[in-house]
Amino acid sequence: MALVKYNNNSISAVTATGLASGALTHIKTLTASSSGTLSFVHGSDGVVLDSTYPIYKFEFINIHPATANTIFQFQTSTNGGSSYGVTYTNTVFLAYHKENGSGSGLNYEAGRDQAQSTAFANLCAEVARSGEADQACSGFLELYNPSSTTFVKHCISRFIKDAATTDMFDQYQAGYMNTTTAINAVRFQMSSGNIDAGKIKLYGIKDS
Amino acid sequence: MALIKLNNKAVSNATAFGSISSLGSMTFIKKLTASGSGTLSFVDGASGVVLDDTYKEYVFTFKNIHGSADNSDLTFNGSTDSGSNYNTVKTTTMFRAIHSEGGDTTLGYDTGGDLAQSTSFQSLIRSIGIDNDQCGVGTMQLFSPSSSVFVKHFIQTSNSYGSAANDYSRNQFFAGYMNTTSAVDSIRFQMSSGNIDAGDICLYGIA
Repeated sequence: MALVKYNNNSISAVTATGLASGALTHIKTLTASSSGTLSFVHGSDGVVLDSTYPIYKFEFINIHPATANTIFQFQTSTNGGSSYGVTYTNTVFLAYHKENGSGSGLNYEAGRDQAQSTAFANLCAEVARSGEADQACSGFLELYNPSSTTFVKHCISRFIKDAATTDMFDQYQAGYMNTTTAINAVRFQMSSGNIDAGKIKLYGIKDS
Repeated sequence: MALIKLNNKAVSNATAFGSISSLGSMTFIKKLTASGSGTLSFVDGASGVVLDDTYKEYVFTFKNIHGSADNSDLTFNGSTDSGSNYNTVKTTTMFRAIHSEGGDTTLGYDTGGDLAQSTSFQSLIRSIGIDNDQCGVGTMQLFSPSSSVFVKHFIQTSNSYGSAANDYSRNQFFAGYMNTTSAVDSIRFQMSSGNIDAGDICLYGIA
């Protein structure tokens, strides 16, 4: 039996207990640094994206593009990231308000939605439209039951951004990946150029 | 300096601990799984359900809700008498965006989905298709259900896969309040027509 030597009465390195943990579990954070794409692939680099959790939630913090006025977009994969192009039907609408109060509104964005398309889907349009250094977008994307082999896979997102020097946009997107094959990877990218900076955090929500 | 020999797993003289930050503030409470179910009910104090002043906010998640009747709605109501009656008075708003696989779009207020001082069940996820792969998902926040001072607010977001000549995606937003200062201690979910054929509903508490 080993002898343990203590030099005080503290326990300072406890990092886990037998207590029940919270239901929202951090899985992975990817930090952009002039990144062409940021991908979460199940089983790769510590990423879990299977039936372990029924709901996955991505958080986006200050996504800043290298190219002004580009679209932050996503797609999914059923083959471990070999290809990203699952058929998707979604809705996109947004509320906007100008900083000077001269205009506001709520509009469906017919040019930004998809109907049975395998293209990358629009999460946030016109990011950093005027190319200013302080412009970025932030938001979330929820992905439901990606590993289901019975149902389609629903996605719900909301993003906020300063679309130009004078506009504030609040963009809503939701839809379904029209496949009954398990989705096991998700990719994010700009429509043009790199993701210059920002963080994407992946969480799993437990149901037990 | 004394050497301490541990002969069991107890630590009895510790005076300080390091921080434990992984417990989180979202606590899983209960999961109900549908299987041809007429209703799914969360009643405080029954079957491990907590729905009182333990948490200031509760979150319900709806996953792969599939009805037995085509284009039926998942609906809910609240109870102030531990589930004997589900008939709280509610006033709500609902709006939605729709996009069909054929390209048709809609964005607007849904007058067929709201309530004004009604005790009826409130639609949560509307028009869920009956094809085998069709379902609805979403979340609903319920704030301070046990307040004896304020009405009870709720906010919900969902998406459903609806059935029509062209199947469609429907993103819905509804919110409102149960217009009572009695504590709401039970929530019931059911379809507007038929049973909840499949899917599950989970309850979480937010500290």
